[in-house]
Amino acid sequence: MNRITKLGLAAALIALPSLGLAQEADVTPPNEEIGYILNTFMFLVTGFLVMWMGAGFSMLEAGLVRSKNVAMQSLKNVALFAIAAIMYYLVGYNLMYPGDGWTITNVLGAFSPASMEPVGLADTETDLTYASVGSDFFFQLMFCATTASIVSGTLAERIKLWPFLIFTVILTGLIYPIQASWKWGGGFLDANYGFLDFAGSTVVHSVGGWAALAGALILGPRIGKYKDGKTHPMPGSNLTLATLGTFILWLGWFGFNGGSQLYMDTAGNVADISRIFANTNTAAAGGAIAALILTQLLYKKPDITMVLNGALAGLVSITAEPLTPSLGAATLIGAVGGILVVFAVPFLDKLKIDDVVGAIPVHLICGIWGTLAVCLTNGDATFGGQLISIVIVGVFTFVVSSVVWFILKATMGIRVGEEEEISGLDMAELGMEAYPEFTKG
Amino acid sequence: MAQFWAVRFSLILGFVFISPVIQRDHPHHNDKGIKVKLIIATIKPFKLEEVREALTDIGVRGMMVTEIKGFGSQSGHTEIYRGAEYAVNFVPKVKLEIVVDSAMADQVVETITTTARTGKIGDGKIFVLDVAQAVRVRTGETNDDAL
Repeated sequence: MNRITKLGLAAALIALPSLGLAQEADVTPPNEEIGYILNTFMFLVTGFLVMWMGAGFSMLEAGLVRSKNVAMQSLKNVALFAIAAIMYYLVGYNLMYPGDGWTITNVLGAFSPASMEPVGLADTETDLTYASVGSDFFFQLMFCATTASIVSGTLAERIKLWPFLIFTVILTGLIYPIQASWKWGGGFLDANYGFLDFAGSTVVHSVGGWAALAGALILGPRIGKYKDGKTHPMPGSNLTLATLGTFILWLGWFGFNGGSQLYMDTAGNVADISRIFANTNTAAAGGAIAALILTQLLYKKPDITMVLNGALAGLVSITAEPLTPSLGAATLIGAVGGILVVFAVPFLDKLKIDDVVGAIPVHLICGIWGTLAVCLTNGDATFGGQLISIVIVGVFTFVVSSVVWFILKATMGIRVGEEEEISGLDMAELGMEAYPEFTKG
Repeated sequence: MAQFWAVRFSLILGFVFISPVIQRDHPHHNDKGIKVKLIIATIKPFKLEEVREALTDIGVRGMMVTEIKGFGSQSGHTEIYRGAEYAVNFVPKVKLEIVVDSAMADQVVETITTTARTGKIGDGKIFVLDVAQAVRVRTGETNDDAL
């Protein structure tokens, strides 16, 4: 062993002069490439942070469903992420970012699969002011997957696997990219209404929320949830996992909001990304503390699941404008989100809308709040422009989603049978359990 | 809930069916009479460790422990989950099953009673049953030799 170490050291010493030579040869990238390199690098790092939000959603949902549905919920989460990745490649990316190739100008993008630059950027005139197409595609695809993740939590414990996955195909391939093109692809909401949505309180979160709401209304509540005019809670199976999931989402959100700065090529941009990270963090803290104090006051005991929702509510609320607020303003914007969630969860129960994980309060209601809150700190936003954009995106997503859910319900059925639902989707649809009590050794 | 009823039923069945069977096969006047008792005790979960120590101290060499839920005079209470109130109808308890020589049964019951008692409602119950047969799997020894 010792000998080998010595040999290795000797080899390193022999190699040293040649290393020196390599350093002498100038491999510093030309100045005009540095911005491109940093932008691209930023997209890759923030992109994989957003990808990790898929783990956050999985753990949050696995923790908040009952143990008899945990394996199914985990399967839905991994499957929807994979579907989003494929659909965004096949149609989503160019539908969302058509450039000059709109099918209907500023309304409907281009129908073609995504493609990247050739290996080593060979024989291309690369626009060095932005980032590589590959990194942009990778980053944007994660937002599409996030939208789909929101839906699965609401509809948990009673929806059939395959109709849910078919809906995911349509959501990630068509619904999400089409409405996202209206703002981020330079479409009419961006061009004509002055709509501002920095990282997607509306474009991502409320869209997931609207699709979930349509699904929840058409699917109906879980058996026994609302009986004799009362709500019967169905406590989640693992609040440790739900907490881990929330922290993973919190971490991923730095990529979500920070990466949406889109540029890291100047001191100003890097400083802005820092502002965004700090504001995103403090908004989550504000939301969590608001929910903590409010549930203590309302129910005499704090509700951990509400505090987790509160943190996420703060994150969604700051997502439409994480750059311009001060730390104080960001905290308050997040705190309002936390308060909204604590009231919205029982309110939905009153309407008999069964949302297993609280995705509608967190993503839809706080998505709307966050989008309106842009006006508080960003002088470029107009209340009317924000409001009409929320309505247009909401109506489009809700109507198209409802139509898809109805067609699925009429053709293949979207709900498992009563017996399957009561015995749990894990055994009924998968024939396995997440937590088998007795193993065969 | 299903598990609880299973426990409940087995208890009831135990009373109804096992006792007559025991009396028929091993009448009490027989010299080879039953020398082994099963003591079933339900106690508050936080008392488990204390009870185990007390029982070990008086020479109990084994017990079976199950986490159960049930209700008795201590009916349920309400909790709030995500803004909705719900009734906790079944209160968590720990069930001990202890098989001992008949001579020791009273002392075991006495020890559990004094150790598990808090004086508040919900302290639990103790049942004592005759055991028809006990066998040690490893050696095939039976009844009090098997304990």
